[in-house]
Amino acid sequence: MSYLRRYWLSVVAILVSGVVFLLPFAFIVLTAFKDQKQSALRDFSWPDGNYLWSNIVEVVTTRNWMLLTAFINSTILTVASVTLLVIFAAMVGFVLQRRKTRFNGLIEFLILAGLMIPPAVVPTIWLLQGIGLFGKLHGMVLIEVAYGLPFSIILYRAFIATIPRELDEAAIIDGARPFDVFFRVILPLLWPVTVTNIVVQSVAVFNDFTNPLYYLPGNANATVQLTLYNFQSQFQTSYNLLFTNIALITIPPLLVFLFFNRQIVAGMTAGAVKG
Amino acid sequence: MTKTSRRIALAGLSAGLMAMTALTGAAYAQSINLTYLIPSGADGVAVAEELVKSFEAANPDINIDIETRPGGSEGDNLVKTRLATSSMADIFRYNSGSLFQAINPAQFLVDLTNEPWQADVQASFKQVVTAPDGTVRGAPMGAAMGGGIYYNKAIYEELGLSIPKTWAEFMANNEKIKAAGKVAVIQTYGDTWTSQLFVLADYYNVSAKDPSFASRYTAGEAKFATDEAALRGFEKLQEAHDAGLFNEDFGAAKYDDGIRMVAAGEGAHYPMLTFATTAIAASYPDMLDNVGFFAQPGDDASLNGLTVWMPDGIYIPTTTSNLDAAKKFVAFVASVEGCEAQTRAGGASGPYLVNGCTLPDDVPPAVSDMLPYFAEGGQNGPALEFLSPIKGPALEQITVEVGSGIRPAADGAALYDEDVRKQAQQLGLPGW
Amino acid sequence: MAVMTETGVAGAAPLPAMKRRSPYPGWFFLPAAIIYGILFLLPTVASLYFSLTRWNLFSSTFIGFDNFAQFLREPFLIKGLINTVIYALVTSGLKVVLGLLLAVLLTSQIRARGYLRSVVFFPVLVSTVGVGITFTVLMHPTQGMINEGLALLGIKGPGWLVDPNLALFSVALVDVWKGVGLATVIYIAGIVAIPKDYYEAARIDGATSFQNFLYITLPLCRPATVTVIILSFIGGLRTFDLIWAMTRGGPGFASDTVASVIYKQYQAGFYGLSTAGNVVLFILIAVLVVPLTMLLNRREGHE
Repeated sequence: MSYLRRYWLSVVAILVSGVVFLLPFAFIVLTAFKDQKQSALRDFSWPDGNYLWSNIVEVVTTRNWMLLTAFINSTILTVASVTLLVIFAAMVGFVLQRRKTRFNGLIEFLILAGLMIPPAVVPTIWLLQGIGLFGKLHGMVLIEVAYGLPFSIILYRAFIATIPRELDEAAIIDGARPFDVFFRVILPLLWPVTVTNIVVQSVAVFNDFTNPLYYLPGNANATVQLTLYNFQSQFQTSYNLLFTNIALITIPPLLVFLFFNRQIVAGMTAGAVKG
Repeated sequence: MTKTSRRIALAGLSAGLMAMTALTGAAYAQSINLTYLIPSGADGVAVAEELVKSFEAANPDINIDIETRPGGSEGDNLVKTRLATSSMADIFRYNSGSLFQAINPAQFLVDLTNEPWQADVQASFKQVVTAPDGTVRGAPMGAAMGGGIYYNKAIYEELGLSIPKTWAEFMANNEKIKAAGKVAVIQTYGDTWTSQLFVLADYYNVSAKDPSFASRYTAGEAKFATDEAALRGFEKLQEAHDAGLFNEDFGAAKYDDGIRMVAAGEGAHYPMLTFATTAIAASYPDMLDNVGFFAQPGDDASLNGLTVWMPDGIYIPTTTSNLDAAKKFVAFVASVEGCEAQTRAGGASGPYLVNGCTLPDDVPPAVSDMLPYFAEGGQNGPALEFLSPIKGPALEQITVEVGSGIRPAADGAALYDEDVRKQAQQLGLPGW
Repeated sequence: MAVMTETGVAGAAPLPAMKRRSPYPGWFFLPAAIIYGILFLLPTVASLYFSLTRWNLFSSTFIGFDNFAQFLREPFLIKGLINTVIYALVTSGLKVVLGLLLAVLLTSQIRARGYLRSVVFFPVLVSTVGVGITFTVLMHPTQGMINEGLALLGIKGPGWLVDPNLALFSVALVDVWKGVGLATVIYIAGIVAIPKDYYEAARIDGATSFQNFLYITLPLCRPATVTVIILSFIGGLRTFDLIWAMTRGGPGFASDTVASVIYKQYQAGFYGLSTAGNVVLFILIAVLVVPLTMLLNRREGHE
């Protein structure tokens, strides 16, 4: 590829991506700067004044600092469930890909079923109440793990296929226990997929609205997506506050991504593929 | 257990308790904590906060925590789920009428028939929170509402128009407004529920012509597609669309846009429930005097009257943690002080249903225009959803189609009948 | 499920000598199987019973297969079915094509690679509710940013979400906007895993970059393609949250999919009926996806 062509391709890519992917974000941020009246017009215009700070203060302090409670709850929920999710899914993906048995078909079907069937809310609540986990954060963690497993297993399974089998067999012959083989040899090699899993599942759990709404009632249990409803109802919406809230609750996923994005880049240069 | 270990256990316990009290926030040494579940939205929350504040001032031993939930059908679902799984808050606010019937009040709500304050609650409200076994299960939360048409008084003055008493007069006004280059009728299908108004607010006209419609409809005998009076609601919507009276962005505009347009004179008419007066007062206080209100006209001027919506109810689930305290709060809401607290927080939007509650003298015109329908000699009647347990869930989609010219009125009415049939079967009503 | 896995362990040991030292112990399934089995499979199976009842959450009456008959009679079911398949094909197709192209672009020597890779992934980070609200505003027919932008170019933009013929595609485009970043990252992970020797060898043979793409990248990132197809196709078939946030299946019923029809029934309190609908949707997805998965996985085995 000639230098000039590559240069132009870069310029075009930057411009197009800017318009397609960044303008909508610019809209969110601009709206967060507006006051209620101007934001109600919902147009792409320069804010008449800077109301960002008062919007933030109002969003954060509304309903007894509900947003702070929500940030704490959502963070605990996300960290705990994604940790479990990644480990359990990698274990299943590993054995499922490596060992061919007559049950594989059934297991794979059950996993796909998890992607295909929406959860049955009311029976699940009955069950959670029966085992004393309803309305509890750790119960919610297990729910998120259960609902996220199929997706993560499928991601892992696909990429474990790219790791040569000889590797684990060699380790076993060297006398390592299966547990060590997996956690010391395989899991580190899966890092790019793990990063993808972490980012995607964190975002999914952090942004989950419906499940906490049903399984985790109560103000003390609020999660971030529920706070959007403070400014939006069937009858009235405060767009400036709503978009300030959207912008604020998008920051943690953004940080997670920026942090792990460097990891992906690091993995890339190690793999060093040049087109 | 030895003495020491018991003491340690006690210390641990009290430390734990202290930590828990600290977590519950502003509660000092208050003994009773209740939760109160309401639909989200700034205006509703403000009213609830004012009520709770006044109540706590009078009852310092009770602390009430407000919880919010989504409104609309998502909220219906959540309320049912929490009732069915015994996880409902101690007190909650929810619709009266057909939606109230759908939450099995006799099974899940505390019977409030013999509470002393019921003596002051108007019979018209009691009727819409009465369970099938004849017991009253709720108290009124909010003011009565009318379903009709908001109009911009400045446009009416400028064009020399008068309040229409018949549909023909209304359409004639619309033509003049359109000829003057203005938007005659505002529609806001970005919030689909707003599309139902032409049909729902026409019910007074239906019942004026055919008083038995509601009971025959519940029994499965009267249908929208075949009952001439009932079909008119759908036809009116289609006529308004076909005459090209709507704002250009009617498909995407929201309820918020609708109230702004009618208040600012960007449009002349906006069919809506009168609770919108509170929202106009909050967002456009300086334009509030520009907005008037009239009932949706029928075909006969002598039968002109208003379709009335009952306010939400406030209920106590049988699973409440402290029945006495919860009853105290409900009694407060249903008292004159309760009405006053509501007026302080949200302004007056219509007559309250508790005897002794009065409106301030300086109510906005949209409210005072509505009062004659309630006064001696005025005519009003409840909306269909308070007379029959059946309301088809797809009405708002169907009215969007009719109002957008995608489907003719007669087709829409027939489709709605089908939707109603499904709902009636679900309710297990006889005759379906 | 847990029990099943246990028997799977016992029955699966190929050689008695290997059994003790198998590097792939069956108990690796256990934690996942317990959580998934108890919290997902059990309630799901329990809910199957309710598909045969008229159920208002408070009480249920057994009515046999009436719900299924009612569901299949839904006036908008056929339209919903067609919409579902269109939506799934459009979104998964675009995600595969755009995701692969972007991944190739972003693993090449392009300028500002880090920036571009971040930007493409940004939309994945925003919640569906947030994306729905934002794009409903941007796609407003008269004052939305998109049509105002088009107006600057002298084009009168369409009513993206209010035109019944266009609403479904508009939502599908937003879905692609939101999801293409994920497809890209999966592809990037796949492309990175390709040993660079292949490209070295190809370079020595004088292959063009297009040949590299066609004969090395495309076949060797097959697991990524399979994953993207399966995840986005299933996602597309059962999608409702974005549609719900943007059009609620409207205008009228124009952008209803099977999942949104079911969701509306659920919202309306027809719990038995919506459970029956879920069974129907599940069968539909299974009929489409299971053969697809088998086909994709078999060809993977051959290579």
